Amino acid sequence: MASAFDRIADIIAETSDVSRDKITPDSHVINDLGIDSLDFLDIVFAIDKEFGIKVPVEAWTQEVNAGRVPAENYFVMKNLALRIDELVAAKPAAGA
Amino acid sequence: MRLEYFEMIDRIIAVDDTSLSAECRVPAAAGNPVFAGHMPGFPLMPGVLLIETMAQASGYLLLHRLNFTRMPLLASVKEAKLRSFVLPEATLLVEATLQHEGSGYAVANGRISSNGKKVCEVELVLRALPFPSPELAAMVRERARSLGMVVVEPA
Repeated sequence: MASAFDRIADIIAETSDVSRDKITPDSHVINDLGIDSLDFLDIVFAIDKEFGIKVPVEAWTQEVNAGRVPAENYFVMKNLALRIDELVAAKPAAGA
Repeated sequence: MRLEYFEMIDRIIAVDDTSLSAECRVPAAAGNPVFAGHMPGFPLMPGVLLIETMAQASGYLLLHRLNFTRMPLLASVKEAKLRSFVLPEATLLVEATLQHEGSGYAVANGRISSNGKKVCEVELVLRALPFPSPELAAMVRERARSLGMVVVEPA
């Protein structure tokens, strides 16, 4: 199966006007790719569906706004992919 | 419906955690400023108000689900299909179904039918934000009660 990075990059390219080849592991979703909050909502919805998770965007935003966590921790592609992998790993097993 | 006040829902028939159904009656054309403009001599319910009606039904569904702790606001309208005209004095059945609840947002499907005939449908994204004031939160709870919803006051 494709990596979380590739799957998320595909989602962003399909959901927004950003071309797939511009999305690199070091791309900042907002600063570099120009994704606005409404497009990001669509991307999060697609990630939620694709990975069967609930991306905690509100908690992330609160942490960033409070200065507890740098925005890069969540919004740079390679880190976003890591966070998604963590959320998938933390998912209860099906039927559990 | 009181179109000029954006009061689109007349009565909520049923609601649970994932679906809501409601009833509305389109007002008569005579003396109604919306129908005076839309359209002169040919009164039709504006499509944007049908979408607003489905958005409000979805909003009440989300309010129920969130126990009125957050205010749903329309963020995105997708796949809207307006299949048939709605005339003054029509009775509408409005249904909303939750498709997905995410962090601070929800996706819902809205449908309207009249006399068993499909009128329109849409997919909506709503943000769920903190109420900007306790007064507005109280007004929304009161409005929901007047439509037939059971609303528990916050502790």
